[in-house]
Amino acid sequence: MKRALLTLVAASVALPAFADGGGIDSTVFLAAIFALACFVGYYVVWSVTPALHTPLMAVTNAISSVIVVGALVAAATVGLNSDNWVSKILGTVAVALASVNIFGGFLVTQRMLAMYKKKGD
Amino acid sequence: MDSFHSTWAPLLYLIAGILFILALRGLSSPATSRAGNRNGMIGMAIAVGTTLALLWGDLDLTTWGLILAGVAVGGIIGAIIARRIPMTAMPQLVAAFHSLVGMAAVLVAAAAFYSPIQFGIAGDVGIKGASLIELGLGSAIGALTFTGSVIAFAKLNGNMSGAPIMLPARHLLNILIGLGIIGLLGYLISVNGQAPWAFWGLTVLALILGITLIIPIGGADMPVVVSMLNSYSGWAAAALGFTLGNFALIITGALVGSSGAILSYIMCKGMNRSFISVILGGFGADDSAAGAGGPAVDRPFKKGSADDAAFIMKNASKVIIVPGYGMAVAQAQHALKEMAELLKEEGVEVKYAIHPVAGRMPGHMNVLLAEAQVPYDEVFELEDINSEFSTADVAFVIGANDVTNPSAKTDKSSPIYGMPVLDVENARTVLFVKRSMGSGYAGVDNPLFFNDNTMMLLADAKKMVEDIVKSL
Repeated sequence: MKRALLTLVAASVALPAFADGGGIDSTVFLAAIFALACFVGYYVVWSVTPALHTPLMAVTNAISSVIVVGALVAAATVGLNSDNWVSKILGTVAVALASVNIFGGFLVTQRMLAMYKKKGD
Repeated sequence: MDSFHSTWAPLLYLIAGILFILALRGLSSPATSRAGNRNGMIGMAIAVGTTLALLWGDLDLTTWGLILAGVAVGGIIGAIIARRIPMTAMPQLVAAFHSLVGMAAVLVAAAAFYSPIQFGIAGDVGIKGASLIELGLGSAIGALTFTGSVIAFAKLNGNMSGAPIMLPARHLLNILIGLGIIGLLGYLISVNGQAPWAFWGLTVLALILGITLIIPIGGADMPVVVSMLNSYSGWAAAALGFTLGNFALIITGALVGSSGAILSYIMCKGMNRSFISVILGGFGADDSAAGAGGPAVDRPFKKGSADDAAFIMKNASKVIIVPGYGMAVAQAQHALKEMAELLKEEGVEVKYAIHPVAGRMPGHMNVLLAEAQVPYDEVFELEDINSEFSTADVAFVIGANDVTNPSAKTDKSSPIYGMPVLDVENARTVLFVKRSMGSGYAGVDNPLFFNDNTMMLLADAKKMVEDIVKSL
């Protein structure tokens, strides 16, 4: 597990050097990160104790709202033609939806995890 | 491009992605889980902060207003829900949250489609082909996740019957819709994205597909569905991560995608069903008719009272409690914990046995027991405790049925044959708390009810446990 993590970090840091010098296609570069992250995900999730599978779903829900970065880019669209306004409005609504998930997801996970006590705690 | 855009921002997104990995890593034990969740929050703050810093030059007053209003409205709603939601409603909450991620993915994909320059995906003419594939897939998977999760929410929340709804020729229908989505995406690429109708067409088809895929799936299979939608929301995020060239989004998408896929696998294994058969749907509809064939209810069985149960358990040296969804419905977990405490005072050893598919989502029973302040080191998974039933004096089954059904081991004609079950019949006495003598969610009769060492406690789970507590 630790090794998988290190590989991902090393690959992610080393790859940009190749991307500049060696001319790796940027989509291929992103696909490499994606593939490695799938492996990391596989090992990390198998190590989650079954007792915490519900918090796992809640927290994966919260982190998948990192889609908010795309929503922010959309909300920050400049220029006043009608297409850009469409994007700005879509982006703003997406920011609101993702925010429900970010706050709701992390807080409900925190609330659940606070309940797990050992004998004598 | 300055060095922040080319170097520091990607590194910060990478750090956010790594913090998300650590958030999941923390869940390997309850002791480290809280720190893990904090890592997740820090990761999210870094991702949002970095994005705002990247966009700084474009952020005029209107934009700030829109963003802050969006965060405030969404954040307040989210925080209130998180604080108020009862733990028994966690499956539908998670389904609802999945639908929001799905919808957000559709909106972001649409925004990228309308403003390709802002997203850096504009080609010589229109939008680059690779980016069209990414945002088309992102939108389609997001749309599917959205409607699928809404249906799952309605079924879990009781707004819609849990019974499977069979459409005529549904497999053919789903395949045609799938082909339609691929066809429209192909067309969109061939015209460099200059056809908004094709983009919306494929999104609408995916919305319909979400409905037609989920409505034939029965309530008992909801743990698989919720896990699967979890996975889809991840893949939608990953697809858009490619559009944006964003590490945090790609890593997260991969994590969430594999997490949901693994949970689906674990749930399917817990029911001994193949993923494909669950997704194709229909469990419970045709099977229940076959299962309910024999008039088994007429057979003699032993019926006990709360006093009998209290007496038997007080004199036992080891009691294993087997909770199921019925406990959650009756909100009996707090009374149950009280009962366990009283038994422990009498010197009885008390343990809890959890089947992987007990409840309506993975790990649902564990959360409910934790809420009732049952220490997590008294709660065991099926494979860790199953051999212990033979040394137990009492197996106290409350609100569980199919997961204890011995015909899964012996009766090849049973629809649940092959499913791993808890061997409660090996305990000296089985106390079975149940509302009536009806069959379980899967519509299968449980021969356990008629065993000599089984005593049926027919009542509402909470009321029965409270009565036992009184007579202890």
